Amino acid sequence: MKLTIINYGAGNIKSIQFAFERLGLHAVLSSDPEEIATSDKVIFPGVGEASSAMNKLKHSGLDQVLPTLKQPVLGICLGMQLMCNHTEENNTEGLGIFNTAVKRFSNAVKVPQMGWNTINNLKSDLFKGINENEYMYLVHSYYAEQCKESIATTEYELEYASALEHNNFYGVQFHPEKSGVTGEKLLKNFIAL
Amino acid sequence: MLTKRIVPCLDIKNGRTVKGVNFVDLRDAGDPVVLAKQYADLGADELVFLDISATQEKRKTMHDMVLKVAAQVNIPFTVGGGISTIEDVDDLLHCGADKVSVNSSAVKRPELINELSSKFGSQCIVVAIDAKKIEDDWYVHLAGGTIPTDIKLFDWAKEVEQRGAGEILFTSMNHDGTKGGFANEALSKLTDLVNIPIIASGGAGTVQHFVDTFTKGKADAALAASVFHFGEIEILQLKKELKQHNIEVRL
Repeated sequence: MKLTIINYGAGNIKSIQFAFERLGLHAVLSSDPEEIATSDKVIFPGVGEASSAMNKLKHSGLDQVLPTLKQPVLGICLGMQLMCNHTEENNTEGLGIFNTAVKRFSNAVKVPQMGWNTINNLKSDLFKGINENEYMYLVHSYYAEQCKESIATTEYELEYASALEHNNFYGVQFHPEKSGVTGEKLLKNFIAL
Repeated sequence: MLTKRIVPCLDIKNGRTVKGVNFVDLRDAGDPVVLAKQYADLGADELVFLDISATQEKRKTMHDMVLKVAAQVNIPFTVGGGISTIEDVDDLLHCGADKVSVNSSAVKRPELINELSSKFGSQCIVVAIDAKKIEDDWYVHLAGGTIPTDIKLFDWAKEVEQRGAGEILFTSMNHDGTKGGFANEALSKLTDLVNIPIIASGGAGTVQHFVDTFTKGKADAALAASVFHFGEIEILQLKKELKQHNIEVRL
């Protein structure tokens, strides 16, 4: 099986690669559309600021390639946010794969949300063997609004979509690569899709 | 609900943990990678590695250590000590660190915080503040608390937030090493003042101290070293007791 992590200069790629290595899988890093398109599974990471990440994606033409992929794709954190319609972070247009908008938490809560929070309303094979109320590690200032494609929710200021699914596309706001044993289960489930 | 975090801190010198540890079944107490893995398995929510060698020639050793920790540990970790440039941060993040902590270098050149947060994102920039209460005011100290400044803690905390810090790690020098409890009054004031997470550090001695710092001190996370290293407080037991006090923790 060929597993590829999209390398577009905006991600904690090393951590994700290590997490798969702990599961006995070697993930290839690539920014080559051809190589990405021919992979069995694709990880779309992202850390940092949305508009500059989107620009990097456009620069390499990957913004065109990503929505056309047919194999399972997992967006993580900012990766997931960029797969949505739009994000408030510097008013950035997303890839439009998930039909929802990304907004900023208000200052009624500490921003960023940083730490372990529970996931609920789990609705996907991605969560096989993972129970309601299990903890995942999150670090983010923006969240995806609740929508039909939500496959997990988390509460912080409000209930938001902490995971999304649309056809072969999956997105998680949390960091499975840093979420202990529960996160490892999710990565295994993704590989098994 | 977002949980309170328990954060063991490891002092690293030349790639080894400095203070001894006293874990059962841990053969090589000086190996930070073994120790980190152990803490992750025992229920720690995050780890902090503080490089106290912090000389340029020792950087490579630190990078190797960070790579090894990232390869083996499945929870987030922060690396601090002697970080003063964008390149330093870039290197550490590339080795797999999740966050970096800056301290003296940010006081000497506050723009560093803006530069780091705009390049890497606020979420991975922790500003560590060592402060000492002198008469009625808290003053920031540099270089591991050895150099006093006339900068006031609360002014500086506000400034680092405005400059883009994602989190503040506050160590009270009055409490550090005393095992007499955290600086809860100052911590609570910090939480009221800024809107980013606060990690309490300095003074952990008993379970009750952790309860107090999460309730009275309103801290988001609590950091400690020796009580964990010497097995005086066992992390899982601590978290169970916090839960009994209705403090949300990950169990």
